[in-house]
Amino acid sequence: MTANKMNMREKYQRMTRDLAWKPTYQKEDDVYPQAKYEGIIIHDWDKWEDPFRLTVDAYWKYQAEKERKLYAIIEAFAQNNAQLNVTDARYINALKLFLTGVTPLEYAAHRGFAMAGRNFPGAGAQVSSQFQSIDELRHAQTQIHTISHYNKYFNGFHDFNHMHQRVWYLSVPKSFFEDAMSAGPFEFVTAVSFSFEYVLTNLLFMPFMSGAAFNDDMATVTFGFSAQSDESRHMTLGLEIIKFMLEQDERNVPIVQKWIDKWFWRGYRLLALVSMMMDYMLPKRVMSWQEAWEMYFEQNGGALFDDLARYGIRMPKYWEVSVKEKSRLSHEVWSIFYNYGHAAAIHTWLPKASEMDWLSEKYPETFDKYYRPRFDHWAEHKEKNGRWYNNTLPMLCQCCQIPMGFTEPDDPTTICYRESEYNGVKYHFCSDGCKDIFDDEPEKYVQAWLPVHQIYQGNCGGASVPEVLEWYHLKHGQDNLDYDDSQDKANWNKWKGLTEEAAQVMKKAANE
Amino acid sequence: MTVRALYDYQGEAKDTQDKFHGNQLVYIGWDKHLMFCAPHCLPLPPDMPFGALVKEVLPGVYDSHPDWAQINWDSVEWTVDQKPFTPDMEKGLAEQGIGHKSLIRFTTPGLNGIAGVAS
Repeated sequence: MTANKMNMREKYQRMTRDLAWKPTYQKEDDVYPQAKYEGIIIHDWDKWEDPFRLTVDAYWKYQAEKERKLYAIIEAFAQNNAQLNVTDARYINALKLFLTGVTPLEYAAHRGFAMAGRNFPGAGAQVSSQFQSIDELRHAQTQIHTISHYNKYFNGFHDFNHMHQRVWYLSVPKSFFEDAMSAGPFEFVTAVSFSFEYVLTNLLFMPFMSGAAFNDDMATVTFGFSAQSDESRHMTLGLEIIKFMLEQDERNVPIVQKWIDKWFWRGYRLLALVSMMMDYMLPKRVMSWQEAWEMYFEQNGGALFDDLARYGIRMPKYWEVSVKEKSRLSHEVWSIFYNYGHAAAIHTWLPKASEMDWLSEKYPETFDKYYRPRFDHWAEHKEKNGRWYNNTLPMLCQCCQIPMGFTEPDDPTTICYRESEYNGVKYHFCSDGCKDIFDDEPEKYVQAWLPVHQIYQGNCGGASVPEVLEWYHLKHGQDNLDYDDSQDKANWNKWKGLTEEAAQVMKKAANE
Repeated sequence: MTVRALYDYQGEAKDTQDKFHGNQLVYIGWDKHLMFCAPHCLPLPPDMPFGALVKEVLPGVYDSHPDWAQINWDSVEWTVDQKPFTPDMEKGLAEQGIGHKSLIRFTTPGLNGIAGVAS
């Protein structure tokens, strides 16, 4: 007997949708306990469209091919000591930020989509979520493997997951994902698949991967490419889930709009870290944060929301604030890292004269007026009295957990303060966007693990910077401080044969 | 509903005053001096006199700024929790309404940061 060979469509039908049977021994609500409490109403799960119609055997085949290519390139990269080809050792700090801040999110996404896949009652959504769960695990692994090569030569990579759980600014990406994962399955996919992957992902991946290409980091470019074909599938899931919810019942519209508002703002605040990477950390810049925001959000995002208008969905609340902030965001955030560079797992530095000129050109309205005088002052301080650091811990936003360094939407010279009171305790926010998120679910955000408050409660190894650094697993004088005083710089100069300067910096680093 | 949850969920507030070993948190922002990238957070005894905060604590936070030495303390304008405030230098913080997680802001007329552009 010969078996008929099934075409892709039949195979997909048999291997996914046909596996979804109606439970009879148990009530459906007991099998899928999270399906209804968020208020989303679904009448017919069969209306779920999956344009990729991927089955497990095909998935396995594609991913294995990509994996073989990736590991061959990584191997060649290592054998050729290609880490020496990047622009300079300052660039490596962008990778440190990526490994400690983004890679653990890939792993969190793996867990989150596994949970979403378990909790959606429809087979199409289950299958899409489960594939994405495996993708995310693969992304985490390939990133760790690729970047582990840099760990042999540069400081700051040695304990990235431990740092992700503890270091002050890494609570920003960590809390973002924990917020999403502790929501229900519909909010989770709206947060991660739609708001992050569909609306904002270009602003995360493009700067890191193009930045890597511009700065001759071919290892990072390779894992970027390896992930890219998955990303298009993920973006499709993002748009599909939104359209599906909106088409199933009009009562879903206000719920979905609220999630889009919330997760646009949370995602935008998270991208503040990317803004400083683009404008300050890449030795060879791709484009400015402002240009990227105009292209990827204002133009592309604007077109997307025009398209969604027919469902009754409008632009995310406070999008206009993000536009007002675009000419100051990266400067304010780099200022935060320059202030607290003694407690960070990356090196910080003052932009060189040519870089300041680039910033003036890209930010003609703000850079010379507000930020250049500050850098000039810090440079003078460095020359006369040594590198300036801020020695008192900052006030943090209760929602995004970033130090309160953002200014009023219409006044770049005044910090934006917002406040709420809940059960007799005061809570502070960096923006109306963060305040609204808290006010909607205060019972959730009163539990935020704010790094500064945790230090003062005595939960972080001690009260002094060295004690807290030890608790972070950061080595003072190696992983932190200014790039000019770093072993990374000294080693780099030695490897590149820039010996005279190297000897000087080496001496200085040894005295620390 | 204060959180979307499967049941009547109660969170535990992480930063209530009892967790700070007898101190309360106070936030302090010096307007127009953004070289300090954000306002500061300090754990202080509730009975610390306001004058001690100004004379003993704040110099350690701010005296690296060139404007600090030039402040005329008689002209400084204060707010507490966004309302105008006249401090009593002798009285304790809590006694004059500065509570746990209160925000103190101050402006120094004529001193607007490096190059006068709020740095």
